[in-house]
Amino acid sequence: MDKKNLNQIDKNLFRPLKQEENISEKISAPSRTFGQDARRTLFKNKPAIVSIFIILLIILMSIIGPHMNDYGNNGQDLSRAKLPPRVPVLENVSWLGLNGTLSGRYEGTNVKDATAKAMARYKSTDEFVDIKVLDEGDGTRNSAAVRATFHIYEAKELNDTYFWFGTDTLGRDQWTRLWEGTRVSLIIAFVAAALDLLIGVAYGGVSGFYGGRVDNILQRIAEVLVGIPNLVVILLMMLILQPGIVSIVIALAITGWIGMSRIVRGEVLKLTNQEFVLAARTLGTSNGTIIRRHLVPNITGIIIVNTMFSIPGAIFFEAFLSFIGLGIVPPKASLGALIELGFANLRLYPYLLVFPATVLSVLMIAFNILGDGLRDAFDPKMHK
Amino acid sequence: MARYLLRRLWYMFITLFIIATVSFFLMKFLPGSPLKADDKLSEEQKTIILEKYGLNDPVPVQYVRYLGNLVQGDLGVSFAFDNTPVTKILSAKIGPSALLGGQALVLGTVLGILLGLIASIYRNGPVDYTSTIIAVLGTSVPSFVFAGLLQYFFAVRWDLLPVALWGGFEYTILPTIALAISPLAVAARFTRTEMIEVLHSNYITTARAKGITEAGIIFKHGLRNALIPLVTVIGPMAVSLMTGSLVIEKIFAIPGIGEQFVTSVTVNDYPTIMGTTLMFAFGFVIIILIIDLLYGLIDPRIRIAGGKK
Amino acid sequence: MSKLLEVKDLRVSFNTYNGEVQAVRGVSFELNKGETLAIVGESGSGKSVTSNALMRLLPEPQSVIKSGEILLEGEDIVKKSKKEMQKIRGKDISMVFQDPMSSLNPTMKIGNQIMEGLIKHQNMNKSDARKRALELLDLVGIPQPEIRINQFPHQFSGGMRQRVVVAIALACNPKILIADEPTTALDVTIQAQILELMKDIQKKTDSAIIFITHDLGVVANVADRVAVMYAGKIVEIGTVDDIFYNPKHPYTWGLIGSMPTLDSTDEELFAIPGSPPNMLKPPAGDAFAPRNQFALEIDTVMEPPMFKVSDTHYAATWLLHEDAPKVEPPEAVKQRMLGFAKTGRKDGEKR
Repeated sequence: MDKKNLNQIDKNLFRPLKQEENISEKISAPSRTFGQDARRTLFKNKPAIVSIFIILLIILMSIIGPHMNDYGNNGQDLSRAKLPPRVPVLENVSWLGLNGTLSGRYEGTNVKDATAKAMARYKSTDEFVDIKVLDEGDGTRNSAAVRATFHIYEAKELNDTYFWFGTDTLGRDQWTRLWEGTRVSLIIAFVAAALDLLIGVAYGGVSGFYGGRVDNILQRIAEVLVGIPNLVVILLMMLILQPGIVSIVIALAITGWIGMSRIVRGEVLKLTNQEFVLAARTLGTSNGTIIRRHLVPNITGIIIVNTMFSIPGAIFFEAFLSFIGLGIVPPKASLGALIELGFANLRLYPYLLVFPATVLSVLMIAFNILGDGLRDAFDPKMHK
Repeated sequence: MARYLLRRLWYMFITLFIIATVSFFLMKFLPGSPLKADDKLSEEQKTIILEKYGLNDPVPVQYVRYLGNLVQGDLGVSFAFDNTPVTKILSAKIGPSALLGGQALVLGTVLGILLGLIASIYRNGPVDYTSTIIAVLGTSVPSFVFAGLLQYFFAVRWDLLPVALWGGFEYTILPTIALAISPLAVAARFTRTEMIEVLHSNYITTARAKGITEAGIIFKHGLRNALIPLVTVIGPMAVSLMTGSLVIEKIFAIPGIGEQFVTSVTVNDYPTIMGTTLMFAFGFVIIILIIDLLYGLIDPRIRIAGGKK
Repeated sequence: MSKLLEVKDLRVSFNTYNGEVQAVRGVSFELNKGETLAIVGESGSGKSVTSNALMRLLPEPQSVIKSGEILLEGEDIVKKSKKEMQKIRGKDISMVFQDPMSSLNPTMKIGNQIMEGLIKHQNMNKSDARKRALELLDLVGIPQPEIRINQFPHQFSGGMRQRVVVAIALACNPKILIADEPTTALDVTIQAQILELMKDIQKKTDSAIIFITHDLGVVANVADRVAVMYAGKIVEIGTVDDIFYNPKHPYTWGLIGSMPTLDSTDEELFAIPGSPPNMLKPPAGDAFAPRNQFALEIDTVMEPPMFKVSDTHYAATWLLHEDAPKVEPPEAVKQRMLGFAKTGRKDGEKR
């Protein structure tokens, strides 16, 4: 600023300023409760919100799905076995593969030879099998190739029947079985997670809250238990108990609580060592009230997050056990059992695997994303 | 450090002991014996056979004998394979499992670290995005789904690789990939998180202030510190490899321990089941211990007494 | 004296989630060879941002040097590329950081951390670098250097670690050493040792030092010149004598007045009320006005320019305008000023 300007300033401006009180102490951001912050962070997390919807949708389907068509779970009818998926309306969309046809590539020395192989495979005739020539061939082995599309529904005179997800080797409707299986898997997962929660919170909570000798003993035991691999315990349990929903739940519950108890114990220890608990105790608050009013609200977040992660773990283990034959046994359905059957027929009837595998994968992904989102929501450092 | 080691060994011992004991008593509850159902033997002959295996002795005696056998590495005899010792069966099958597991671990970890590294440097870029998706898929979707996809497309549909069974190197490709996805996802996620945290550390700023190039900072200062904790994740990776192997070996019909286990379950060959389970358990516990020790060795803060930071 | 460093109207902002935070709003100063300039201010005054900007260490793209020049021996380093800066850092300018606990790489031997810069900037081979590293360890007062050179940071105490950091900073004989609150994280006794060390080294190596701190006591001990910063601007700058014997800006009065001292008779400590302003929306006029008991009406309207008090002494306060009322520093400040004059500053040296 040059001297000229400086001299032209109104002399009145050089009076002392009357200060308003406390402007400088004002905090400029609005204050929010932890709950509000957590909710906001969660809602901003689009993948997590989408996951919530997907999970709810799948749960809904598992309840009402089987009732959406008339086929029961156990209607074994070999005349309707191994039918591919066929969905009304969608069957006209060629690339979706929901048009009730089986197709495959067949090779031979020439087109006729290849075609004959296709016919033999489908046990059918020209009438129901479309042939598209892929390679004319030159008389050498497997040089000719055709794509054969078998209209199986028509061949079996089932023009007006629709099996949305097809049927399995015993003629059972896959749609119904899929949603019933999902129901079983979900029930197992939720019950096991709930049991883990109860046992884990109780064990960890007691250990952390009372501390001292109690904590010491409980932790020694836990340390040994943790050393025994989950897999081993589950396998052993399944061997003793009869395979079935109850036994799987028990096996999962027995192994799953330790993780939860560790986390709960850590949190409780941290909290009980903080001053506000000491203050409450000094004021004469009973233990029960301390637990209820001070500890529970603070550990709820972490419990929710942990449970959200233990659910997909349980779903996975059930699927895994059923897959290796230690879980749900036919004719009952669960996602794992369905996947196992699907694998057995992968070559010829891939759709038997696709649907249950998709539902399983989607469920697990959704729970994991939701769990991540909840973890971020409850972590104050991640709040925006 | 020595004290810590002793304590861990002691715990390991107790754990193994408990597992062995529980297994033994479980065995007692389960039906099944060396006698085959269709053996037309007289009562006397049956008794003689049972006596031969010590199954007529009082339980405590059997227990002690069992423990003694265990210590000597004797896991009993199989009911299904004409009384072959379980150890013989298992030792034949351990090769493929070890090979697969090793390949998958190395492939998954190395690729995962690379992926996580690039993701952490070019945050929110396309690699980061891909890496996150892979991480989510890899940790959520069970390995048998991937195995199924791989098998269907590469083997059945496109006929590029063998569908199943065990032969030369090409037979290991699909199973290794399927098994490696889980370690890959874990390693990628972990490396990314650790690298990001490390790159925000004060000592990285110091290195920058010294004029070290970005490459030097990432590899010399950053990666070294980020990867040390990776060792702790190998434990859970090993677990998932073990569970994965049961499934993958079944899908690809690989003659490994996992496949053996599943078969034994189907035919109720309890000694083999128990033996395999015990092997899994022991192997697992030992791996955990080795990893703990390893971590203590490679982190100079722990190795050289001065305590942890 | 040659002008080693000239900073002209430097402006640095951060792009945050909530908007643009103006951290440095027009800072200008000079640094001569061999002298120590102290930059004093509260947290949030912009002093650290300024020093980091000098080394172009600020994270991009969150931060941006909006305008201004930083002339190192005549060359503007604001315009230099990343690679060019990598040659300058550690060699021409180096930095000592605040927290010795976390400033060193925990998994690297400290010998290697010292040698790294030597090998890179001065193309030394390993054995020469090692020799020099041992010399440096000796220079900073670390006993048994041959043993210590192979040890890891966690094997050193806090004060020792800071000495190592100083050794690293000095390795390539930088022209400017920036010390960003190097003693804040240390015990008072260690603090004194490190300060002694720095003065010592300066005598030996003739580097210029920029010393960032919030502690005026430290300033009195080490500095030749002082710049007082508030809300991203320098509000007063002068020699140490100017600032301590003849401060002119109310904020400087506040800083001096709030130093605990044995010389005063008052029973309460003088404190500056309120807290620094939100740099998302810097106030119009003088940023210090809301906390300034000597504020004038004009302070809410226009920012004061730098008024010249003497050839070495400048202050940005409307109180120095010829139309402003004559104001004396508060009693507490006056007593301390008197105390300084009597003892001739804490270290007894007069410059």
